[in-house]
Amino acid sequence: MANWIAACAADDIDEEDVIRFDHGGRTFAIYRSPDDTFHATDGLCTHEKVHLADGLVMDDIIECPKHNGRFNYKTGEARGAPVCVNLKIYPVRREGDTILIELD
Amino acid sequence: MVIVGAGECGLRAGLALREEGYVGPVTLIGEERHLPYERPPLSKDILTDEQLLPPRIVRPTEALEAAGITLLLSSKAVSIDRAARRAMLGDGRALSYDKLLLATGARPRRLPQLDRLGERVLYLRGYDDAVALRGYLDRRSRLAVIGGGFIGLEAAAAARQRGAAVAVIEAQPRVLMRAVPAEIAEVVTARHAAAGVDLICGDGFAEIADTGNGLGISLTSGRRLEADAVLVGVGAVPETALAERSALAIDNGIAVDETLATSDPHIFAAGDCCSFPSPVYDGRRIRLEAWRNAQDQGALAAKNMLGAGLPIESAPWFWSDQFELTLQVAGIAEGATNVVRRDVAENAFILFHLAPDGRLLAASGIGPGGAVGRDVRIAEMLIMRRAIPDPRQLASPELRLKSLLAG
Ligand SMILES: Cc1cc2nc3c(=O)[nH]c(=O)nc-3n(C[C@H](O)[C@H](O)[C@H](O)COP(=O)(O)OP(=O)(O)OC[C@H]3O[C@@H](n4cnc5c(N)ncnc54)[C@H](O)[C@@H]3O)c2cc1C
Ligand code: FES
Repeated sequence: MANWIAACAADDIDEEDVIRFDHGGRTFAIYRSPDDTFHATDGLCTHEKVHLADGLVMDDIIECPKHNGRFNYKTGEARGAPVCVNLKIYPVRREGDTILIELD
Repeated sequence: MVIVGAGECGLRAGLALREEGYVGPVTLIGEERHLPYERPPLSKDILTDEQLLPPRIVRPTEALEAAGITLLLSSKAVSIDRAARRAMLGDGRALSYDKLLLATGARPRRLPQLDRLGERVLYLRGYDDAVALRGYLDRRSRLAVIGGGFIGLEAAAAARQRGAAVAVIEAQPRVLMRAVPAEIAEVVTARHAAAGVDLICGDGFAEIADTGNGLGISLTSGRRLEADAVLVGVGAVPETALAERSALAIDNGIAVDETLATSDPHIFAAGDCCSFPSPVYDGRRIRLEAWRNAQDQGALAAKNMLGAGLPIESAPWFWSDQFELTLQVAGIAEGATNVVRRDVAENAFILFHLAPDGRLLAASGIGPGGAVGRDVRIAEMLIMRRAIPDPRQLASPELRLKSLLAG
């Protein structure tokens, strides 16, 4: 069953950046890529429970602020030590200025 | 390919050999009995968690098997026959190599005058050390830490979190004297004091005596303390025994060139055990004891064992966690004449260290959780580019630091 949640406005996120979005006791990270597409992942690093929204976005990569573990935020793929567990990703849709993510 | 030392660095090198497409045999020799594991948790979660956690292994056995890495645990390399290119193990086995990597790490600097006190004197480097220390961390125990460096302070924080009474004895006038600027050490000191750690700076121990059911510590100032155990955290020394016996060049660690090659072109060294000319600091020879450096150099060593001939590129980067605070340092502040402060959040700030010509040499930050991570990381990239950033922009929290990377 589709469960689309309005997460933020498009303008809330700078290009090539990330913000934190909390919902229903869970935390997510929502990204805006350099080519202006939007993406969502679990909010916490799979290494230690640190908010990825405090990390650095470079191209398709989010770098964790704690130990610089890297993920591709479009695919969730872990891309370098110390992270080896992939990040869960969520479908994202843009409706006008609103960014929605689909939760399970 | 043979790798001596199955720590962070040795394992990373082994995996990287495969990632680079090498299909020949890879053997990883480790003196410890555990699968390669991460050391940073040893002074953090492994001490604080309610349950005794197992070592945080880097890759499970199946992953190593899948990568075709032969792992010899509880095995020590005792000598190298450089002419025949063979590494000799303690049990008499000999392993032939085309290229050999020494990733032997470091070990705690010991205070031999305390050896007679037996098991109440502790060091912290391996998992078994952490388990032994944990045995002294409960509401009834008293721990004395000698040395206010990172490991001593992290262990002190962990001990307080478990309810033990803790005193830290530091000979210098303040903690983390060489590692971080005074402004950051003050935050650390205040946090420890608030948690009830007894931080004693500018003092040392004159004598430690066995009192039958504990240790009696007399300080040079005349003060006396009692403790159930003493943790010695007075720095680490590079593990160079094997390299020395093999007559490789040593200079505050196994001396390597900018490609991590030792004085023998068939032998490389990487991680905590080696000293290397730092590209970012005009070739100055440095040695690091830092987790990411071990990773980076392990990966680079693998490439160069396969003939890539690539120079070291990364800048030093280190973190430490104490209570809810994370401290991060990128670069080396030595030689800086100007310090600029940037407040990134409540209770979180970064100091930028600038050379006389304005070049950014280092950045050190402290704050709760991941508060300083992003900006310290950007600083690291600026350091590697030898950037001369505008100090006013560095100090201005409204300016996104990332915009400086565009220039
Ligand atoms: C308690 C603790 C906390 C730390 N916390 C942090 C932190 O918060 N942040 C950070 O950046 N860094 C931290 N570090 C530093 C980081 O863990 C090290 O930089 C890293 O482990 C170095 O990796 P290495 O592979 O070079 O050496 P090591 O991890 O020391 O591995 C070397 C291995 O080689 C083995 N060996 C040595 N000689 C032989 C031989 N002749 N034959 C076979 N095996 C041999 C050793 O037994 C050891 O297992 C911490 C270190 C410790 C001890
Ligand atoms: S917590 Fe994210 S890399 Fe370690």
